[in-house]
Amino acid sequence: MADTPTSFQEIILRLQGYWARQGCALMQPYDMEVGAGTFHPATTLRALGPRPWAAAYVQPSRRPTDGRYGDNPNRLQHYYQFQVLMKPSPPDFQQLYLGSLEAIGIDMAHHDIRFVEDDWESPTLGAWGLGWEVWCDGMEVSQFTYFQQVGGHDCKPVSGELTYGLERLAMYVLGIDHVMDMPFNAPDAPAPLSYGDVFRQTEREYSRWNFDVADTDVLLQHFRDAEAECARILEAQAEDPKTGQRIVMAHPAYDQCIKASHLFNLLDARGVISVTERQAYIGRVRTLAKACADAYLQTEQGGWTDSAA
Amino acid sequence: MPDLLIELFSEEIPARMQAKAADDLRRRVTDGLVEAGLTYAHAGAFAGPRRLTLALEGVLAASPATREERKGPRVDAPEKALEGFLRSTGLTKDQLEARDDKKGQVWFAVIEKEGRPAADIVAEVLEETVRNFPWPKSMRWGDGSLRWVRPLHAILCILTDEAETQVVPVEIDGIRAGDTTRGHRFMAPEPFAVTGFDDYAARLKRARVMLSAEERQDAIRNEAQTLAFASGLEVVEDAGLLAEVAGLVEWPVVLMGEIGEEFLDLPPEVLQTSMKEHQKFFSVRDARRSGQIVRFITVANRETDDDGATILAGNQKVLAARLSDAKFFWENDQRIAAGARMQPWIDSLSDVTFHARLGSQADRVGRIAALARELAPTVGADADAAEQAARIAKADLSSEMVGEFPELQGLMGRYYATTAGFPDDVAAACEDHYRPLGPSDAVPTAPVSVAVALADKLDTLAGFWAIDEKPTGSKDPFALRRAALGVIRLLLENGVRLSLTDSFNNVLGAHEMEQLAARGDGAEAATDAINIAERVGPKVADLLAFFHDRLKVYLRDRGIRHDVIDACLAMEGSDDLALLVKRAEALAGIRQTEDGENLIQGFKRANNILRQAEDGVVEYSFGAEPKFFETDAERTLFDALSGAEKTIAPRMQAEDFGGAMQAMAALRSPIDAFFETVQVNTDSDIIRRNRLNLLGQIRAVTGQVADLSRLEG
Repeated sequence: MADTPTSFQEIILRLQGYWARQGCALMQPYDMEVGAGTFHPATTLRALGPRPWAAAYVQPSRRPTDGRYGDNPNRLQHYYQFQVLMKPSPPDFQQLYLGSLEAIGIDMAHHDIRFVEDDWESPTLGAWGLGWEVWCDGMEVSQFTYFQQVGGHDCKPVSGELTYGLERLAMYVLGIDHVMDMPFNAPDAPAPLSYGDVFRQTEREYSRWNFDVADTDVLLQHFRDAEAECARILEAQAEDPKTGQRIVMAHPAYDQCIKASHLFNLLDARGVISVTERQAYIGRVRTLAKACADAYLQTEQGGWTDSAA
Repeated sequence: MPDLLIELFSEEIPARMQAKAADDLRRRVTDGLVEAGLTYAHAGAFAGPRRLTLALEGVLAASPATREERKGPRVDAPEKALEGFLRSTGLTKDQLEARDDKKGQVWFAVIEKEGRPAADIVAEVLEETVRNFPWPKSMRWGDGSLRWVRPLHAILCILTDEAETQVVPVEIDGIRAGDTTRGHRFMAPEPFAVTGFDDYAARLKRARVMLSAEERQDAIRNEAQTLAFASGLEVVEDAGLLAEVAGLVEWPVVLMGEIGEEFLDLPPEVLQTSMKEHQKFFSVRDARRSGQIVRFITVANRETDDDGATILAGNQKVLAARLSDAKFFWENDQRIAAGARMQPWIDSLSDVTFHARLGSQADRVGRIAALARELAPTVGADADAAEQAARIAKADLSSEMVGEFPELQGLMGRYYATTAGFPDDVAAACEDHYRPLGPSDAVPTAPVSVAVALADKLDTLAGFWAIDEKPTGSKDPFALRRAALGVIRLLLENGVRLSLTDSFNNVLGAHEMEQLAARGDGAEAATDAINIAERVGPKVADLLAFFHDRLKVYLRDRGIRHDVIDACLAMEGSDDLALLVKRAEALAGIRQTEDGENLIQGFKRANNILRQAEDGVVEYSFGAEPKFFETDAERTLFDALSGAEKTIAPRMQAEDFGGAMQAMAALRSPIDAFFETVQVNTDSDIIRRNRLNLLGQIRAVTGQVADLSRLEG
């Protein structure tokens, strides 16, 4: 396939088109700050319970410690992940994945694709799975995982998860050395925009705020608030006194877990969390994630039925 | 006799698990077959990224028929006994035979089992093997329940003899065995059928799959060497990396690429580590440029019509990005090393926790520096240099490079300390104080390095003893056994004379103070040094016992038996390991000689008689009186003992234990002669006591190097 894309957004569009053709529901990004596409409830929560699911989406992700004021050719504190989750994992999931690389212009006849062991674990989500990082000519282009547990629960059936680091993958496909130089829209558009035109300034602004300005006392307070609110939501009776319906609030609780996780990342970037405290904070977020997973399994989406109760 | 071929075809198996998996497959299947009566002539097992293969030659076509007779209860025995027999044999009463026996009629069961065809047995054994395979980590996939290392896609299982190829009828979790496999994932993905192992191996090779890991390794090694050699260069051998890379490819294609000129002045260890850890590249060095690493070798999994040009360009680009990071770290670090003599790193060690209960790295550095200073005269190092080295030895832990590549700790410290202008021996200690890293790693010999290496390890050991985190059984999370062995080797190989008890008292005392301070009653404790000594006493003894145990293990590997060490441990100063080992070596040496062995027997004989006579009440240690001797043997022995003592004393003084033991061994014949001719117990109490005192002299003279009574045999 000599059909090479010309811009960052074309790669996203092609991935979306490809996975839509494979039957995935195209979701939109989750409207909260997250560290990775896995945090989107379309992955974390949908991987739980017995119901089939297939979704693909772009997720803007934030890793405050990776900020480099827009100077580093590869590192960003805000970047995009493309995420695919299929449950149960289809038997030809590897083949489907390779098809997606073809779709964005990687010609298998000229490139060296390798599946290198990489077991995935998210201590904050109480989740793990086995799989690989996928290498193209020695560069990691995707994370490929068969989820085994999420929130401390066995995944049955097992979901197959793909995570593409979009900037890195696109830079490779487009032959760009510095992320800020990458064409964001078509280079022949009336107003051609580079990645730098879109994001250089925000990278600088957030790098400064993340590292030096964010008020750690406020962040700590927010962390404690999110933690408390999550617990409070989950303590509520399943039966809603107003409507008389059974409404377990797994998603609102999970939002608080996502918030706590991001606040922890911000505190980490501010350098106020010591090595020993780190583990304790991760443990607190995991406790929330587990409680949310427990709650989700008490919802209809999570497989709860009247008869089972 | 048929041959059996099994292939388990899956998604990519982690490289590090492949070799053991092939072995487990062979062992489990052959054990199962043999147990069911199916023997075989030869077995070969293979592993690669996507398949485990087992080929058995000369398998029995069927298990042999068996006939077993079992004797049961007597015919007139109670009904209960018969029921039990029927249950154990699985027969009914009318299938039993009543036979005549000496005491009357007895039930006999004849159990005949027909032979079973190989296919049936193979099917059972294979299913059992797959369902219980000992993967270090396994997983489920899709909506199935089978566990395998990654999704299992197909099973090939055929029995082949001259006449035909038979697919073994087995189905595991919906995967039905067949006679087909697939070639290379990209170069020959179409399925094909095979008729036996030779056909299988040949077709796979045509389909761009090298079945055997050794073949892939050889191909990679040879091709890499050829490529390097053609450019006048040489490949840096790395057996671990070779095995790993051979587990990542079915069809190795070796490519050599350039490292950008701007990265060539990075330290070679940095280049090598970065390329190996991130890219699984081999390093290629130029002997003419003093071994500088100048190129890399990567192993791709396919041929391309551009001879790997695209693949190589991609790899080079990824490497450049990685090395840009490394260069960035190196330059930043060098600036801090040159400009501030690493001080910001040293300061930031107070923010790094070493262990929750043992304080920060800065606390630790403070303790090590004090200890290194104290140890310096003992190891012949300058005290200021030892302290300075200890203060900067951990600085590189805060550097960017070590943050990225933790395995470069120490080495980077040496580079940066040199940049900062520290003397060579101080810089060397930054790297060498971690040594020895294992039993085969060299021990530092430079005095400053030895001082810091000892201080580092002693502080670690004392610290974990202070908080009761000792190794138990197979659990040694802080590698304390390795640390103790390191101390032992540092002391012995450098001939360092050190009282471990004094050192432990010292270091454990410091830890105990810190523990008390952390609990808030430091001031009170600080005023009461005796209090501290009392607290640490039992811990010091326990830690010394731990060292003695490790020393026994260490010396056992060098052919010195544990009872020899016990005999020496009983002597004064056994907390000075160099002294202890001197004694042990002398004793082990003399024990090899006939005179030595006889001397030991003579000692024991004297000791036994004395022990009976003394009975824990009296002592016969006053020396004999010549005037009470009755025989020549007594006089000769007495003179020999007195004469020997004149030789032995200066040798003991000089710690020439071998020489002292030789002088003792020379006493063998007068001692033997004494025992042969003299009866210790006589009617005269005076003469008896005098002879016992003479025995006491034997014991005193010959027991100076070690307590010989502790020797076995």
